[in-house]
Amino acid sequence: MDFEIGPGLFGEGFMWTILWSDVLIFLLVGAIALFVASFRRNPQNQENWRQVFSTRLGMATFVIIMSYVVIALVDSIHFRKALPATEGQSSEQVFYSNDVNSLLDLALGEMGDRPERTYSAPFALKSWNKENLLLPDGERVRDYPELTFAGAHLENPEAFAKDVALNSMVGIGKGLALALALIGLHAFWLRRSQSGNTGDGDTSPLPWKSAWITFAVIMAILGWLITMGNLYHVLGTDQAGNDTLFESLKGIRTGVLIGTLATLITMPVAISLGLAAGYFRGWIDDVVQYIYTTLISIPGLLLIAASVLLFQVWINNNPQFFEIGLEKADAKFLALCFILGITSWTTLCRLLRAETLKISQLDYVQAAHAFGVSHFQIIKRHILPNLSHIIMISFVLDFSGLVLAEAVLAYIGVGIDPAMASWGNMINMASTELSREPSIWWNLSGAFFLMFTLVLSVNLFSDLVRDAFDPKTKLETA
Amino acid sequence: MSVTITEARSSSPTQGATSAITMNHQPSDKTLALSVSNLNVRLNHKPHTPILKDVSFDLKKGEVYALVGESGSGKSITSLSILRLLPDALTITKGKISLPETNLFALTEQEMGNVRGKKIAMIFQDALTALNPVQTVGAQIAETLKIHTSLNSSEIRHRTVELFHEVGLPDPEKRVDWYPHQMSGGQQQRVMIAMALACEPDILLADEPTTALDVTIQKQILELIKQLTISRQLAVLLITHDMGVVRQTADRVGVMYKGEIIEQNDCVAFFENPKEAYSRQLIDSLPDMDEYRSLEREAPLLKVENLQIHFPVRKGLLQRVHSHTKAVDGISFSIGKGETLALVGESGCGKSTTGRAILNLEKATAGDIWYNNLCINKLTRKEMLPLRKKIQVIFQNPFSSMNPRMTVGDIIEEGMVSLGLEQTKEERIQRIESLLTRVKLEPEHRHRYPHEFSGGQRQRIAIARALAVEPDLIICDEPTSALDVSIRAEVLDLLLELQRELHVSYLFITHDLSIIPHIAHRVAVMQGGKIVEQGETEQVLTQPKHEYTKVLLEAVPSVH
Repeated sequence: MDFEIGPGLFGEGFMWTILWSDVLIFLLVGAIALFVASFRRNPQNQENWRQVFSTRLGMATFVIIMSYVVIALVDSIHFRKALPATEGQSSEQVFYSNDVNSLLDLALGEMGDRPERTYSAPFALKSWNKENLLLPDGERVRDYPELTFAGAHLENPEAFAKDVALNSMVGIGKGLALALALIGLHAFWLRRSQSGNTGDGDTSPLPWKSAWITFAVIMAILGWLITMGNLYHVLGTDQAGNDTLFESLKGIRTGVLIGTLATLITMPVAISLGLAAGYFRGWIDDVVQYIYTTLISIPGLLLIAASVLLFQVWINNNPQFFEIGLEKADAKFLALCFILGITSWTTLCRLLRAETLKISQLDYVQAAHAFGVSHFQIIKRHILPNLSHIIMISFVLDFSGLVLAEAVLAYIGVGIDPAMASWGNMINMASTELSREPSIWWNLSGAFFLMFTLVLSVNLFSDLVRDAFDPKTKLETA
Repeated sequence: MSVTITEARSSSPTQGATSAITMNHQPSDKTLALSVSNLNVRLNHKPHTPILKDVSFDLKKGEVYALVGESGSGKSITSLSILRLLPDALTITKGKISLPETNLFALTEQEMGNVRGKKIAMIFQDALTALNPVQTVGAQIAETLKIHTSLNSSEIRHRTVELFHEVGLPDPEKRVDWYPHQMSGGQQQRVMIAMALACEPDILLADEPTTALDVTIQKQILELIKQLTISRQLAVLLITHDMGVVRQTADRVGVMYKGEIIEQNDCVAFFENPKEAYSRQLIDSLPDMDEYRSLEREAPLLKVENLQIHFPVRKGLLQRVHSHTKAVDGISFSIGKGETLALVGESGCGKSTTGRAILNLEKATAGDIWYNNLCINKLTRKEMLPLRKKIQVIFQNPFSSMNPRMTVGDIIEEGMVSLGLEQTKEERIQRIESLLTRVKLEPEHRHRYPHEFSGGQRQRIAIARALAVEPDLIICDEPTSALDVSIRAEVLDLLLELQRELHVSYLFITHDLSIIPHIAHRVAVMQGGKIVEQGETEQVLTQPKHEYTKVLLEAVPSVH
C-alpha cells in the first residue's frame, strides 16, 4: 500500500509505505487502548493495576517495556524517499527508492547508512580482516585497512580516546537533558492534577521516582548510542559490513511484533473455543477437545516448519502481489506470527474451558439462568469478566515465550526473511562466528542483550500481574 | 451418662483399667491437662488490631471444654496457637501455654514435633480433605504409629484394628484396607478420630468436628467424643458455633467474642444463667421449637406430581448409559399462596435437585410440575421466560451467589432488565433503592461490590435480587446454613416479614430441623429421593409417624 506525497509537504518527495504489519501494529495499539479504557472502569481492576504499579519493580519494568514498544511503533512508520531526477526524466515523473525507511532510521541518523566492507570490532578504526592494500608510494602490503566511516572525523588516531570521552559526555548529556525536561513536565502535571483533586499531600502513592530514574537511564543510554553510533560502530559490524547496533535496534520491532501479534492471534481462538466448550458442554465440548488433542499430538515445530515452507513457495510463485522486497519479507513474517499463534492456543483454551466449567456451576450463573438472562449476556457479564485474570496472565507469559520462539525458528532455518532485521537471524549467524578464532562475539551480544532485557522485563512484569490478578495468590497472602 | 460409659467399655476391650477410674471420679478432682494464660495474638501488618486478647482457660482430664463463638471470633486461632501452627501472618505477643510439666513456648521446634500427635492431637472439620485420597486409611494411621511408637508392622496393624473398633467403625479388619472415598462422611470422621487417638494423646483439639456432617451423624460423632473423653480420660477442646452441640457435649463453656473470652462457666450453670448479654443472645438465637405457625389453606400455587429426576451413569469407552442415579424418585407436594413448605432431609437426598427442577434448570425424567395451570417442565427456554418472573431463588452460599465483578445495583438490576420489568433506568434505580431499604440496607449500597458486605448482608442482597422481579414463589435453598446463629435469626425474621407483607410463598429447603417451626407451615421429609412423610409442621414434629423423621428429630441438638 503506497501513498504518494508530492514535494512541498516534506521538501523532497516522500511516499508513505504502509506494510500489513504496520496496519496491524497500529490496530493493536488502538485495541489495547480501548481494552485498557474499558478495564479501567471497573474499580476492582483499577485496584489490581494499582497494586502492580505501586511496586518499584513494576514501574521500572513497565517503563522498559514501553520504551521497546515506542521504538517498535516509531519503526513502523515507513516511507520511501524520492530518487533525484535523472537525465531525460520528465519533471512530473518521480521515481522512488526501493529502500523502505522508517522514522526510526531518521532518528538514528546515519547509523544504518554506513556499510563497511566486512567484520569490524566495536569501536575499531580498522577492519577485522587483513586485505591487500596499495600504499600511496605504489607498494603493495597486506594489512588491516582503515574503516570507511568509523572515526572518519578524526584527524589523527591518537585523539581517539579523547574523542570517545568527549562525545560520550555530549551524548549522555543530550539524552539526560531531554529526559529531565520530560520528567519535569510530568512532575509539574502530576502536581497540578493532584492539587486540583485533593488539595493536600504532594506524594503520590505510585513510585514515580523509580519510573523517572529508569526513564533517565534509558534516555542516557539511547543518547549515548545515537551519538556514538553516528561516529563509530559501537557494536562493530557484521559479515556484510552492516552496523550491528543498528541491526539490533531494528530487531526490536520484529521481536515486539512477533510477541504481541502471535499472542493476539491465539486469544480469540482460545477464548471463543474454551468458553464454548466449557459453557455449552455436550457435543461442542467434545469437538473442541478433539481438535486440541489432535493439535497437541502433532509436534509443534514440525507443523510450523511445514507451514512456513509452504507459504514460502506461494510467495515465490506469486511475485505480482509484492512490489518491493520488504513486502515479501513482511508477508512471510505475518504468516509466521499467524502460524505461531494458531499452534499455541491449546494451553490457554484448556485453562479457560476448565475455569468456565467451574464458573458456570456457580450460584450467580444459576441465578442469572433463573432470571432468564440470555446465553450471550451470561457469557458477557458473568463468565468473561471472571476469566479476565487468566487471559491477562497468559498474555504476558506467552509474550516472552514467543519472542524466544522466533530465535529457535531462525536457528532451524524457518524464521524471518533475512531482509528483515531480527534477533533470531543474528543469533543464528553467530553460531558460525563464535566458532572462529579469535571469535566474533559482538553480533551475538547485541541481539542477546536487547532480547534478554525485553524478556526479563516482561517476565518480571507478568509475575507482578499474576500476583495482582490471580485470586488464589491473593487468598494465600490474605 | 452411665449408658455411654457402658457403651465405651463394651466397644473397647482394652479400656478396663481406665473405665474403672471413670466410675469413681469426682468432678472436683479433675487433673489439669493444659493451661492457656493471657494469650495475645496479633496480625503482623496491623499491630493495633489484636486477634486474641488475654485468652486464658484450662483443660482438665476427662472433661470437654467448649469454645463457642461466631466466625472470626478467634476460636481456631486459639487451637492453632496451642499446636504452635499459626500462619506466618500472625504473631503471639504475650502469654503462656503449658502442659503440667512443660511450657510449650519454651520447646524447640523438634521437641514440639513430639508434643504434636503424641501429647496433643487434632481433628478437623472436613475429614475428606484431611485424609490422603491415594492411601488406604490403615496406611495413614500406620504412618503416625511408625513415627511415634516402636511397634513392628503386624503389631501396628493389630493396633489399627483395635483403634477402629474403639471409634465404632463396623468391620474394622476390612475397613483398614479401604480408601477414604469408599467411606461415608461419618466414617471418615471416625477414622480421623482414630488417627488422632493413635498415639494415646492426653489432649484432643476438635475444631468444628461435626459442622460438615448431617444431624443424625453429628449426634453419633458427638456421642463418640463424649464417650472417649471419659474412657480415655482425655482433655477435649471442642470448638463450635452451635449452642445445641455445646449443651449436649460440653462440661464447661467459654464464650468467645472478638478475640476475648467474655464468659466461662460450667455448662449447666451457663445455660441456666448466662451473665453476658451476648451469651444470652447466642442461647436465644436457637429458635423456639414449641411455637408453630398456624395455617389457612388456599388454592395451591405450585403442584408437583410424581416428579422423578434420574441422572444417567455413563461407563466404558463409548460412554453408554449404564444405569441411573435416582436423585428424585417420584415425589408429590403442593404449595399454597403465601404458604411456606419446608423440604427437610440430609445431604444427597435430592432436595436441592427438586428446587432446580422447579426453576426448570434441571430436566425432569418423569412427572409434572404445575404452576397455576402451566406445566413448567414441558416449557422451552423461551416459553419459560414469563414464568421466571414468578419463581425466584435464594442460594445457600452468599459468597458464590453474586458475581464479584458487578456492583450490587447491577446485580439487582439484571433480572429486571432481562425480564423487562421497569422500563427506564430511573425507574429501575428507584426500585433498587426501595428494595435495598426494604431488606434493611442503605440505598447508597447499590454502588458497592459484594465483597464489601458481610455474609448476612449479602444474603439480604440476594433476597432483594429475588424480590426485584416481584415473584410469587421463592425457592430458598438453605439460605441460612452458611450464616452465624445470630444473623440466621435476623434473615429468617426478614423472610417472614416479607411473606406477611407481600404474600409470597416459600419452598424452604433445609437440613436444619430447629428452624422449621419458626418458619414453615408444612413440612415434607425427604430420604433417598422420596418424601417419607409430609403434613402440617406441628403434627409432623410432635407426632412423627415415619421412623426416619423420629431419628432426625432426636438428633437435633437443643438447649432445652
